[in-house]
Amino acid sequence: MQARVWGCRGSLAAPGADTVRYGGNTSCIAVRLESGDVVVLDAGTGIRPLGAAMVDDTPAEIHLLLTHLHMDHLQGLGFFRPLFDPDVHVHLWGPASPVQPLAERIAIYLSPPLFPVRLADVPATLTFHNASDEPVTIGSATVRAANVAHQGPTVGYRIEEGGRSLAYLPDHEPSLGVDLADQPPSWISGHDLAHGVDVLFHDAQYGDHEYPNHVGWGHSALEHVMRFADKAEVERVVLFHHDPYHTDDELEALLVDTHRRWNTDHDHVCLAHEDMTVTFDASGVQIT
Amino acid sequence: MEAAAGQKSLPLILARELASNLATPMFLMDDAGTLVFYNDAAELLIGRPFAELGEIASEEFGQVLELSDADGNRLLRRNSPAGIAFFEHRPAHLRLCATGYDGVRRVVEATAYPLFGAEGEMHGVVNVFWQVDDAKAPEVEPD
Repeated sequence: MQARVWGCRGSLAAPGADTVRYGGNTSCIAVRLESGDVVVLDAGTGIRPLGAAMVDDTPAEIHLLLTHLHMDHLQGLGFFRPLFDPDVHVHLWGPASPVQPLAERIAIYLSPPLFPVRLADVPATLTFHNASDEPVTIGSATVRAANVAHQGPTVGYRIEEGGRSLAYLPDHEPSLGVDLADQPPSWISGHDLAHGVDVLFHDAQYGDHEYPNHVGWGHSALEHVMRFADKAEVERVVLFHHDPYHTDDELEALLVDTHRRWNTDHDHVCLAHEDMTVTFDASGVQIT
Repeated sequence: MEAAAGQKSLPLILARELASNLATPMFLMDDAGTLVFYNDAAELLIGRPFAELGEIASEEFGQVLELSDADGNRLLRRNSPAGIAFFEHRPAHLRLCATGYDGVRRVVEATAYPLFGAEGEMHGVVNVFWQVDDAKAPEVEPD
């Protein structure tokens, strides 16, 4: 499989001269499976250019896996061109709610006055699914979800194919109220999803010095990411969901500091950027 | 890859985080009835730290904490607030006596409530205790 990052900014799109290297679009990753199936992780503003790139070769079926329904993970949905193709079948997966079905919750955004087109009126065929902690087969991959610690119902995803695996936890605060270093793995939010994966895309919104002012906001500081990755024994960490206030230079400074403090390097920990491609095959994982 | 053994569900994890930061004694049971955590404050009732005892299976709980009602009659676990929350899926409250490893009977108010997930699935039970300082624990009647 091959994963391509179309958006890795957190909270709010942040275009501009200070964010060109890592990008300003919010969360979206497209994963093309060996079977040819396409899995899209989140519908942040990065899904707009993804949809545009699909115009000449739109898959007949797309699985869109939403981690949650905060705007930075949903805002691009109305601009995802395959939604306006009547020959496309889009499966939307997202966290369950005891209050409203997934379709109704998404339609709160995709309806006037917030959006001119109603979700029920888009030409594509839409099927809604509650994300499951039971393994689900999509094409040649196995996909599993689990609820993770964030604000409101939120899941993370794990995709496995051909002995390779990735985990996607873009919004995650596993350290809330606890010191991760002291926690047994079974008591760490998201541990099971991330355990042993080749590549972990993980929330890295804050520098360690910024976190004390954002406790409980649902995001991680770099120390938390590193502790979590260590506990989960992941091979490579891709820092994701960059704070919209962090410039390219600031992100790189945070990465350098992380490498120094954790005695690691770019081969183990790197920053997500738009157009980043992660290729998984029998020989290993290549990030470009 | 196989899932890591024993991963706790998020509602239990969040409840444990809450319990860890409270001075109110709190026990957590999982969906199998296993006592999977109690906080520092609850160590006063049990008489031993959780780190020492670890998780306690449902059938072994009576060896850890002996319960009796306000009149001193032994209380079946099923009739305790935690048992009612677990078996009947509803909250319950009761004044009772609890005797831990130290042999001291303490009068406590216990409240238990079940944890349900977004799709109605049960994740476990939260059991909170308040020690009643001005009440005298009755003698337990012999079996």
